[in-house]
Amino acid sequence: MRIYVCVKQVPDTSGVVAVNPDGTLNRASMQTIINHDDLSAMEQALRLKDATGCQVTAVTMGPPPAEGMLRELLAMGADDAVLISAREFGGSDTFATSQIISAAITHLGLGEEDIIFCGRQAIDGDTAQVGPQIAEKMDIPQVTYCAELEKNGNEIIVKRMLEDGYMKIKVQTPCLITCIKDNEFVPRYMTVNGINDCYSKPLTVLDFEALKDEPLIELDTIGLKGSPTNIFKSFTPPLKGVGIMLEGNGKETCADLAARLLDKHLI
Amino acid sequence: MAFNSSDIAAFKDIWVFCEQREGKLMNTDFELISEGRKLADERGAKLVGVLLGDNVEGIAKELGGYGADKVIVCNHPELKVYTTDAYAKVLCDVAMDKKPEVILLGATNIGRDLGPRCAARLRTGLTADCTHLDIDMDNYVEFLEKSSTLDLSNTKFDMEDVNLKQTRPAFGGHLMATIICPRFRPCMSTVRPGVMKKAPFDQAKADACEIEMYPVTIEKSDLRTEVLEVVKEAKQLVDLIGAEVIVSVGRGISKDVEGGIELAHQLADAFGNAVVGGSRATIDSGWLSADHQVGQTGKTVHPKIYVALGISGAIQHKAGMQDSELIIAVNKNENAPIFDIADYGIVGDLFKVVPMMVEAIKEAKESK
Amino acid sequence: MDFSLTREQELLKKVAAQFAENELEPVAAELDKTHVFPVDNFKKMAEVGFTGIGVPREYGGTGGGATEKVIAVSEFARKCMSSAAILSIHLIAPQAIAKYGTKEQKEKYLPRLTKGGELGAFALTEPNAGSDAGSVQTTAIFDPETNEYVLNGGKCFISGGSRASVLVIFALTDPSKGLRGMSALIVENTMPGFSVGKIEEKMGIAGSETAELIFEDVRVPAENLLGKEGQGFKIAMQALDGARIGVGAQALGVAKEAVDLAVKYSHERVQFGKPISALQGIQWYIADMATKTEAAETLVYKAAWLEDTGKPFSKEAAMCKLNAAENARFVTNLALQIHGGYGFMKDYPLERMYRDAKITEIYEGTSEIHKVVISRAVMGK
Repeated sequence: MRIYVCVKQVPDTSGVVAVNPDGTLNRASMQTIINHDDLSAMEQALRLKDATGCQVTAVTMGPPPAEGMLRELLAMGADDAVLISAREFGGSDTFATSQIISAAITHLGLGEEDIIFCGRQAIDGDTAQVGPQIAEKMDIPQVTYCAELEKNGNEIIVKRMLEDGYMKIKVQTPCLITCIKDNEFVPRYMTVNGINDCYSKPLTVLDFEALKDEPLIELDTIGLKGSPTNIFKSFTPPLKGVGIMLEGNGKETCADLAARLLDKHLI
Repeated sequence: MAFNSSDIAAFKDIWVFCEQREGKLMNTDFELISEGRKLADERGAKLVGVLLGDNVEGIAKELGGYGADKVIVCNHPELKVYTTDAYAKVLCDVAMDKKPEVILLGATNIGRDLGPRCAARLRTGLTADCTHLDIDMDNYVEFLEKSSTLDLSNTKFDMEDVNLKQTRPAFGGHLMATIICPRFRPCMSTVRPGVMKKAPFDQAKADACEIEMYPVTIEKSDLRTEVLEVVKEAKQLVDLIGAEVIVSVGRGISKDVEGGIELAHQLADAFGNAVVGGSRATIDSGWLSADHQVGQTGKTVHPKIYVALGISGAIQHKAGMQDSELIIAVNKNENAPIFDIADYGIVGDLFKVVPMMVEAIKEAKESK
Repeated sequence: MDFSLTREQELLKKVAAQFAENELEPVAAELDKTHVFPVDNFKKMAEVGFTGIGVPREYGGTGGGATEKVIAVSEFARKCMSSAAILSIHLIAPQAIAKYGTKEQKEKYLPRLTKGGELGAFALTEPNAGSDAGSVQTTAIFDPETNEYVLNGGKCFISGGSRASVLVIFALTDPSKGLRGMSALIVENTMPGFSVGKIEEKMGIAGSETAELIFEDVRVPAENLLGKEGQGFKIAMQALDGARIGVGAQALGVAKEAVDLAVKYSHERVQFGKPISALQGIQWYIADMATKTEAAETLVYKAAWLEDTGKPFSKEAAMCKLNAAENARFVTNLALQIHGGYGFMKDYPLERMYRDAKITEIYEGTSEIHKVVISRAVMGK
């Protein structure tokens, strides 16, 4: 059994974010981190590995420096890693990205007992689309918003979260599961020995040459040209006007606030 | 004739996928129908709701009351409870048959499961979590003038453009992006719940709404997942979106987490019709469950009053609450960015200020 | 010459920083208040592998050496000096056993002290033997009938002494020979006659539980002699050389954090209509703090590099500790000053960091004894 965990290196949107005058993001100025939901997916996969001894493969698509992130995942406990990286893949939207990742996993082989884990969504785009689109393109079932799961042989029971509760869903492998960040699945730390070993674990780079014979890879299904959606404009929203700082912080200030709310018929 | 998503001229009408749970329509449906009406009018097209379920034709006409010209109803026992396989098959089959130009879905946990699967099958584009939609270029330019910091004086727009312009926040709300899908149809969007305004209900329009029963076939072999049970969480559901007043807490409660949350509840009770929310820090620390989260990765809210207690106002929090009608902030750091968007700011320790605020609001209400 | 960390060391720094932020910072104020040892966090340190640094992997350790210790300890010290002290001091015992122990001793004790999550301690100091280690009075007299040493006496100011299960204890096996009669013994806290006395109330690093140890006819098997009889003083001094780099790392970490906090606060704090970072007085403070801290860092890493490459490092270990400790006090003091009244309040970590930093000028040899060591090395005796 092999678990593929799809991960993404994303800009840390909680840190300093610089926007160019034309409304595009100044990515060079931002720190990169491993997407939070993807780390939860990795943790779920590693717990299955702890229980069953299965192989865990970290997969990402991105520029060559994304290797650093893959090494961190190897230091956490993944067995091997795959970096999908080529100029031809650049500019892909979610449709084209899922096309390429599907081709890569097909290339590596998805067995009867295998699972693909993804994070629910990435904090840069927040789209939550790549996972289900990989499932569709690989013609396997999907379960999204997984908070926890239980595996018995080829059968998996997933607790799938809804806004007002959850579903218990039974699904057979091979399948794709997207995981949410959950307090139960706090990602483990890299271990010191994991770090000692991570640069000697296998890391495969799949470039355009390696994947070009996969049926899913056509020049009009990948990269900017193969992306159905395009960015028409990007911009920063304006700030709201400045409000009033109330004097002091005692009883009178609170009474003043209450009076103002009363005036506005808000209470 | 085979379905071809790049044959753009063959597609017409605006569709809204209407989600039902336990045979009941959802608030998001009405928001999307109301927004879809606006788009259909801009495009001179029909607005069609698509409703999947088991014996759900009875609730279909209500969608007409918010603006749907027609509702396509697909009944099947396998559609009673949502499953990806059954819903994706039916929605794609109907869409391939009837070729809508636009499909809107709610960006709910179900819409965000179904949308991408269908878009991949239909070989078209999908834009997630939209907060603003335009077809008419005039309206879009007006929107940009009002809602962006862009200098448009030297920008030329193609005023004849009829692509759906789908605007959404990206990069934690630091940036807004308008996405188009020029080469394929249908153009698909998921729309963030709580953002679009619901139109007033019109009974006459509901009565006039056309219902089309669309027969569907679902084979057992189409279904690869099985729903074993659906559980409504017994713990109190935090309806941040519907609340008139939200009292949110942030990292500032760290020195006494339980006490801080209790104070927030007291303040919420004083306001009435209020719920307690939290910043990302409070959710990440496990102080509040995820359904309390306001912000970019949580809920987008626009209550009448939003009270931020001990929330510094990181940009991703602001993204979820800055459109609140009135914002009150209490923070002991006078430089906290939350004060930049607050209508009323108080610099002080929330543990001291809030009890006084509770008393003041109770007194003010009694004085009415 | 290359000042960069290896890619593995970069990752170690990253995970140490994550660990410090997620596990240590949230409890730092609590430890300071309750003076209780963070048992759970120590176990977590062991799970990640921090407690096995410097111990070969075949014995349950995580390899590496002084540089890895400096990386982990200094990152911990940024967020919680108690925890940094705990790790730094813990590492002395397993590293001494790894260096001087027999194969049997290593197999028996090292896995427990590394991945096993048990705490080690190093017990040299006595009420009358601080800087003057030669005045040790604890005795371990060999009993040939049972092939055991009989340990009597006591130790004081032993960091983690109340929580450690395996301790390296220095005692006179031949009191007639003074220093030359001192030996090192591996003692377990479960041995009859071993007890913990007073736990000190301290000014800083409150979570490290500094304890008095009492030995009443503790019978230690002869096989627990570490090194040879009479080798105790040498083992102690070599272990202390390494430990001084650890204290240097603690001092370095707390100083780096203080600089960062001072910079952040000076940008945020507005007085007279502008951030105080615009004031040249503040700018010059920051420039001094940053420069001295950079210098301290360089010396700490140089000492670690000397140790790791097998070169003599005793002098540099003393220098790096003396310098980093003075700098830590200097920088935490100024950072607190820049914070003004807020710095004096417990809402901010500065006052704790200021108190914690002081210990680095005192333990593992006071600044004064370091000057003795350094001047001897520089001037000849």
